[in-house]
Formats: sequence, structure tokens, C-alpha cells
Amino acid sequence: MQALPATCWLNPASCEKNELMIALSIFNRVVMAAVTLFGVALIVFVLLRVVPGDPIAMMISPGASAADIAALRAHYGLDASLPVQFGLWLKAMLGGDFGTSISLKRSVLDLLGERLPATLELAVAALFLAVASGVAVAVVGTLMRRGPLEPVVDALNGVFLAVPDFVWALALVLMLGVFYPLFPLSGRIDPTIDMPFATPFYLIESLVRLHFAVFCDVVAHMVMPVLALGLPLAAIIARVLKAALSEAMVQDYILLARLKGMSELRLVVQEALRNAIGPTIALTGVQFTFLIGGTVIVERIFSYPGIGNMAIDAVINRDLPLIQGLVLVFGVLFILVNLLVDLLVAAFNPRLRHG
Amino acid sequence: MVDIASYPIQTAAKRRRRALMAQPKVVLGGAFILILVLLVVGAPWIAPKDPLEQDLMLGTLPPAWIDGAEPGYWLGTDDLGRDVLSRLIFGTRIALLVAFVAATLAALIGTLLGLIAGWYGGWADRVISRLVDIWMAFPPVLLSILLVAVLGAGVHSVIAAIVIIDWTRFCRVVRSETKSQAQMDYVTAAQTIGFSRARILFSEILPNVAPVLIALVSLEMGIAVIVEAILSFVGLSVSSDTPTWGGMIAAGRQMIYQGWWVMVAPLIALFATVLAFNQLGDGLRRALDPVMGR
Repeated sequence: MQALPATCWLNPASCEKNELMIALSIFNRVVMAAVTLFGVALIVFVLLRVVPGDPIAMMISPGASAADIAALRAHYGLDASLPVQFGLWLKAMLGGDFGTSISLKRSVLDLLGERLPATLELAVAALFLAVASGVAVAVVGTLMRRGPLEPVVDALNGVFLAVPDFVWALALVLMLGVFYPLFPLSGRIDPTIDMPFATPFYLIESLVRLHFAVFCDVVAHMVMPVLALGLPLAAIIARVLKAALSEAMVQDYILLARLKGMSELRLVVQEALRNAIGPTIALTGVQFTFLIGGTVIVERIFSYPGIGNMAIDAVINRDLPLIQGLVLVFGVLFILVNLLVDLLVAAFNPRLRHG
Repeated sequence: MVDIASYPIQTAAKRRRRALMAQPKVVLGGAFILILVLLVVGAPWIAPKDPLEQDLMLGTLPPAWIDGAEPGYWLGTDDLGRDVLSRLIFGTRIALLVAFVAATLAALIGTLLGLIAGWYGGWADRVISRLVDIWMAFPPVLLSILLVAVLGAGVHSVIAAIVIIDWTRFCRVVRSETKSQAQMDYVTAAQTIGFSRARILFSEILPNVAPVLIALVSLEMGIAVIVEAILSFVGLSVSSDTPTWGGMIAAGRQMIYQGWWVMVAPLIALFATVLAFNQLGDGLRRALDPVMGR
């Protein structure tokens, strides 16, 4: 984000100017996001057009004539020159037409609409888990600082930091799926459950419509993938927030609050946390985009019907329209998360808030 | 009176070696990696069986400590009767090959671009920084799968994918590190003596960026091992004949209710290797960093 001139912070009277600067820098961000998105689209398009191997060759039956092949080519727009193909595709995309999946023979937009909510529910649930447990560990660790258990917590956190989502997912499959089969190993919902969903947001819809049995089943299917995605992020949050809290705990305002007789827990939660949270939010945002990327392999392991799992199939099947749509959706998600983080950081920055 | 001449003089190299050995993370992590390297080199002699030899009569045998085990098959067999321990040992080859080659290449490219961006600044910095920004807008896992699909499956593609994705890690760190080193007095001194800009960069700044770089390379090796495992799990790495940890995990996932051990062994190997590279990198950073090492 563009740096605000120092005068905006020093002089409260220039408040409107400050807001203008924030608005300008947000606008700047949005423009940059659009440029980045265009770059992503262009790179993906070019990359996929130089692929050795013809997607049409996989679709035709052995006895197809040359005319049949040409007709198929024209049908999928693969006969035009590359710049024309890109232009056609951009135009169609801006009009909401993402094309037709070659392998699934359905509209890419429909497929994304079905699968994206599953991934979003998974990613957001994992984010909640990571923030809640990461903050809890950081606060407890800060309370125990210089105690005999602090090295234990730090070492354990160090191990958690080293374990990626892929390894977590497989370890959970073994522990909670096979040795102690507490949760279902694959899918999003028990196939025997007969509930006509009006939206693809199963978790939210089953809760809102008060179908608790269905809700519990959806949650049970989410437990392992959410843990696999959330635990690595929780370890990162715990590490960074604990360091920030430890730094804050030796500041003068903490000493003052302690002299006022505040309990240690209130000191950490009410005073130090408020001042230490800013950098952690910025970091969590960046890491959340990695978490979204991690859904690809974690969904694969749990056969979870989200866009990540679909992306691997799309790549294996060389399904160009679907791959383009998917990468674009991932790109938009990443850019939105980054934008949101910038806004949150600005909102939590006390200097900007009071400016 | 102390004889000054006989007073032991600590050379810089000796001091550094002592600092390294004082870090248990370096010693333990390094020792584990060393064992893996020995396994890579000595696989044909250490492995008790041929990793590719199938024997359907000996399929899905449990490990030695469980009833029904066959002597000689310490970690059991998979559904095709192949020895899990031997496959595990031969699997270190692909894992370490990808780790060393991919991390080194990514470090070379990223460091070079980072040094140029951080030292020369101006339009070079702007171009490289923007490139890194666009690069990082891609989800890494998706991009790696995409790249391997474009390049075709195989160990070369896996290495290329890791290098193409992860050079940015080195570039960002080296750029900012170079920028801060450029403010130091020793750089001004070198300029005053009349060293050329390129000479200052490579003989003065680079050695001071090196500690951070070495730690980063170790961390990157851990990442490369994971990426290779993910891609062979999905079936986009080397052909299924060659034993890889990811391939073994994928096979084990398919037969998880019949033989959990097929997946457990490579998973533990993967975890231990990543942990070792992480601890080694962390320890190196502490030991080599003049400020943190104190």
C-alpha cells in the first residue's frame, strides 16, 4: 500500500486528506489487482496453448474423419490464431461465459458455481480454526513465558511449523480415519442423505434450515481437511503473535497497567494483544492465500468435491477451458484476500484509525 | 604473565565451525541428512530386496513386529509383494535429487536477480519486483501441477516446476538483504577505495548475504521434497516403476484398510526429512547470523 505522508498522521486536522489518501491507495490497489489478474490470465492462456498434446485428439473416436475433427476444433474455438483465441476468450469471460469443459462437457461457470462454495466453506472454516487456536497458543505461551513449560511449547510449535498440509492430511487419514475411525474419509456429505439443497453452501444451508443431522454430517466430513489446512497456519500465527506479544509485554504501557493492578491475563488479552495484532493480520492474509492453494492437494486426498480436486482432474485431462476458469478463480480469490488484508490492517492500525 | 604469542588465536573459520557445532539443530538435522545421503549412494547394498521385484504370493505382508510377518520383510510388503523398506531406501534417491538440484537452481536464479534488483535499483529493480509480484499471485500448488502438465510428467519437469515457482523466495529475501547491506559502512569504504560496482556486489555484499541464503536453501530443500512427493502422489512425477515416497503414499492410500503400513513408512520418512531440513536451516541461520548467533 502506498505510504501516507507523515503530515496526515501528525496533524489530526488533515483528517479528510488522510481519508482521501486511503481511498486513493485503495483505488491504486484495485487497479494493480486488475493488472495482475490480466497478467495471470495471459500467462495461463499462453502456457496452455504451447502444451504438447492435442486436447481434441483425446475426444475423438478412432474412426473420426478429418472433417469431424475440424468441426470439433471450430466448436471449441481452437482453430483461430492465438491472439484471436485470447481476444475471444477475454470477451466471453467478461460476459460471464467461461466456455465449456472438454472433459465434463458442461459449462465451466456452472461447474465453478457448484464446486467453489465447497472449497470456500473448507478454507474459511480452516481459517477460523487457525486464528482461534493460533491466538490461544500465543496467549497461553505468553502467560507461561520464562516458565519451565515455555521451551516445550516453542519446540512443539517448531515441529508443527515444519509439517505441511499434505503430511497432516495423510497423518489424519491414518489416525482419525483408519486407526480410530471417528470421521468419514472422503466426500462432502453422506451419499445416503436425501436432502435437496437449494444452494451449494451445504454447511450454511443445513444450519440455517435447522437440519441438524445433516449439518453434523457435513461438519464430520470437514473435520479432517479443515485440520490439515488449518494446523500449519495456526502454528505460524502462534509463532509470530507470541513474538509480538513478548515484545509488547515489556513496554511502558504494560508496566503502567500492571501497576494499576490488572491481572496478567487481562494485560495480555486487553493491552498487548490489541497492539500486537496488526503484523499478525498482514501475515495471516498472505498465509491464507497459501491455505487456499493447499486445498488442491488436501481436497484430492479426501476426495472432497471442491475446485482444488477438480483442478487436478482438469490438468490430467488437459481440459483447457476448465483449467483457465479454475486458475482465474484462484487468482481472483488471491487478489481479493490481499485486498481485504490491506483494509483490515488499515482498520487495525491505531495511527490510521485516529488520524 | 600471559605470553601473548602462545595465546590461542581463533580464526574466523574455526569460530564459525564452533558456532555451528554449538547448535543442536545443525548437528541433528545435518546428521539425518547425511544418513539420507549415505542411503542414496549405498541403496543397492543397503536395501535388503530388489525394490521392483513383485511376488503376489507375498502381497500385503505386515511389518516384522506384527503377526503374519515374513522374515526378511522388515516393513512388510505392498499389494504387489514389493518390499516396503527397500522401496523406501530407493525412494530417497528421487527425493534428495529433486531437493538438491531444484533448491540449488532456484537459489542461483533468485539470488542473481535479487542481487541485481537490490544493488543496481532503478528500472532493473522495478522490472524484477513487478515480475515477482505477478509470479506470487499464482497459487504455488496449482502452478506446479499446471507446469508439470505442460512440460509432461517426469523428474525433470518436477525440478523445473520447483525452480520456476520458488526462485521468487530467494529473489525477495536477497533483494531486501542486499538493499540493507548496501547502506553499510564497508560498502562505502569499498567504493572509496575504487572497487567497481560489480566487484563490490560479488566480493563484498554477496558474502554478507550468504548466511541468510544458506539457511534459505536448506528450507527450500525441505519444500522441494514435499512438492516432489505431492506430484508423485498425484501421478505427475517419475514413472510409477521408480520408487518414490509420494508414489508409495498414493499406493498406500488406495489400500489403506488392507495395509496401513504401506503409507505409514514413506509418510514418516517424508516428515522426518522435512523436519531435518527445517531444523538445519533454522540452526544455520542462528549460527551464521552474527547478530543472532551471540
